[in-house]
Amino acid sequence: MTKASVLPDANGHFGPYGGRFVSETLFAALDELSDTYDLLWQDPAFQAEFDLDMAHYVGRPSPLYHAKRLTETYGGAQIYLKREDLNHTGAHKINNTIGQALLAKHMGKPRIIAETGAGQHGVASATVAARLGLECVVYMGVEDIRRQAQNVYRMKLLGATVVGVTSGTQTLKDALNEAMRDWVTNVDNTYYIIGSAAGPHPYPKIVRDFQSIMGREARRQTLERTGRLPDAVIACVGGGSNAIGMFHPFLEDKDVRLIGVEAGGSGLESGRHAAPLSAGTPGILHGNRTYLMSDENGQILPTHSVSAGLDYPGVGPEHSYLKDTGRAEYVIATDTEALDSFRELCLLEGIIPALESSHAVAYACKLASQMRPDQTIVVNLSGRGDKDMQTVADIDGIKV
Amino acid sequence: MSRIAACFDALKSQGRQALIPFVTAGDPNPQVTVGLMHQMVSVGADIIELGIPFSDPMADGPVIQLACERALAHKTSLVMILAMVEEFREQNDTTPVVLMGYLNTVEKMGYDVFVATAKKVGLDGVLLVDLPPEESEDFGKDLRQAGLDAIFLITPTTTEERIKKICAAGSGYLYYVSLKGVTGAAAIDTDAVAEKLALVRQFTQLPLGVGFGIRDADSAARVSQVADGVVVGSVLVNALGDNASDPQKGCAQVVETLSAMRQAMDAAV
Repeated sequence: MTKASVLPDANGHFGPYGGRFVSETLFAALDELSDTYDLLWQDPAFQAEFDLDMAHYVGRPSPLYHAKRLTETYGGAQIYLKREDLNHTGAHKINNTIGQALLAKHMGKPRIIAETGAGQHGVASATVAARLGLECVVYMGVEDIRRQAQNVYRMKLLGATVVGVTSGTQTLKDALNEAMRDWVTNVDNTYYIIGSAAGPHPYPKIVRDFQSIMGREARRQTLERTGRLPDAVIACVGGGSNAIGMFHPFLEDKDVRLIGVEAGGSGLESGRHAAPLSAGTPGILHGNRTYLMSDENGQILPTHSVSAGLDYPGVGPEHSYLKDTGRAEYVIATDTEALDSFRELCLLEGIIPALESSHAVAYACKLASQMRPDQTIVVNLSGRGDKDMQTVADIDGIKV
Repeated sequence: MSRIAACFDALKSQGRQALIPFVTAGDPNPQVTVGLMHQMVSVGADIIELGIPFSDPMADGPVIQLACERALAHKTSLVMILAMVEEFREQNDTTPVVLMGYLNTVEKMGYDVFVATAKKVGLDGVLLVDLPPEESEDFGKDLRQAGLDAIFLITPTTTEERIKKICAAGSGYLYYVSLKGVTGAAAIDTDAVAEKLALVRQFTQLPLGVGFGIRDADSAARVSQVADGVVVGSVLVNALGDNASDPQKGCAQVVETLSAMRQAMDAAV
């Protein structure tokens, strides 16, 4: 059997998943991107450029923090948090946008576009565009614009144009449709920075490779701090970029459990969730074959999550492969569980996590209580919760 | 001989080009579609492309996205659309019908079930905009064995190498997308289209249909001078959408537009 860590194959397949299911107009652009990326990723000068930005612009390596009070509360495994929330712009998204903006620069594209759900990827894209002097257009569902007003303002301050998407469910999937339409129309001068480890080949690979810096650091840091590898690595999964970036460097460490936490929303039985790996079936959306939430006629179903960043009916194709092969496990945390963990982390550790990341924390606490104190869990704290103040205050009935 | 090949052969012997209207099945409601298909044939449509509505039509502009939403509001499904083709065939055994849409609807039905049903009801071809030749080897084989044509898109950005690959994988006809963009976008540049079609013809004998940006009798006539078929979609779908509460009026506008295109195309011969 092929080692999981060397996938995808030349056509972008992770077993039966991934591939390139897009309209013909985009093939030339995807081929150009693939060729450029394959050359640059092997190029020490490009690597050095990327590493320098990671160190001095993003602030890497991000710390691995031992959450002692949280650990004591659950009385089991030691919980460590990979502090991606401390990155410039407040989430892991910047790792990928820096990398892809460098690609855009090398390809001579003056204009970048991006889709965003919670707004973190949009902010990260606007940030790198400002720094490189590129035009930036961000597509965002109007439902998400309402939920994430602060991030919208942030993007505008950074010089980006935010386009509200009113089609379909007016969330992340519709923003992705609209960005694809823009790209098809302006493919000659435009670079599309996809933020999730999803979309057509080579995007799932590119996003994973840029995000794997998190997993490589976490692996090294855990060895340094505890003298051994962690027993479990846990990350939330929407499109799946923060999870795949954490999981990938651990794929060949067979004793390390890899656990992705999907948005359980109001619970799987309610149908109001965003958990394609837990409750969906394979299908085709946004350029790749992967687990999806679609009805018996193949129509994509509306999703629900308290966190805009997880509110997506598909998932990166590599996660589908890791689920089928059993290398990674996928579970859910509900809105309520995520909110409880959000508050708990605030009060016990003085860290305000993103609602997305709170899903991972919620499952980690549950699992920790069933493990021994000499065991270790690393949780990817993929983003900070500043952007979620309004959402949480609304739930509490408080006017901020 | 397949209906599509017979259709293009007959037109060729008359020195005419195919008029190929596109409408979304079930738009504005499922009761309208079969009658509209017959009406379109009566004013000179040679091949009918029926859109399979999809919740996330990424390659389409707002006009067809809204048509999808209207059709889906009536729960129009692939099963229903294949039944529409069967009903159409009760009175028409010659006009080819091609389904156009996105792969997930077919994938969910199951490829075997789809191909068997399509053959049974008298469908002629399938064009799935997000299924390139690279990803469709098995499905293409199944379609061929069932006597169905796999129709592929060629676009302004398609390289010569890919044109060869697409010509080898396609059958029935090839659909040249005249511009970079989504359906319903800007106007067509006939000279640029002619240049690219000349290149494509170096690699295939298949008829070449051209679509995107054809919105009136004049543009249809101009394109018919360089192509074997003229595909017209958004302008018809727009007429159905503008009159969604009065489908008869919408259908009448579709018929009027097609009729004018037919006359202009035949006059341009």
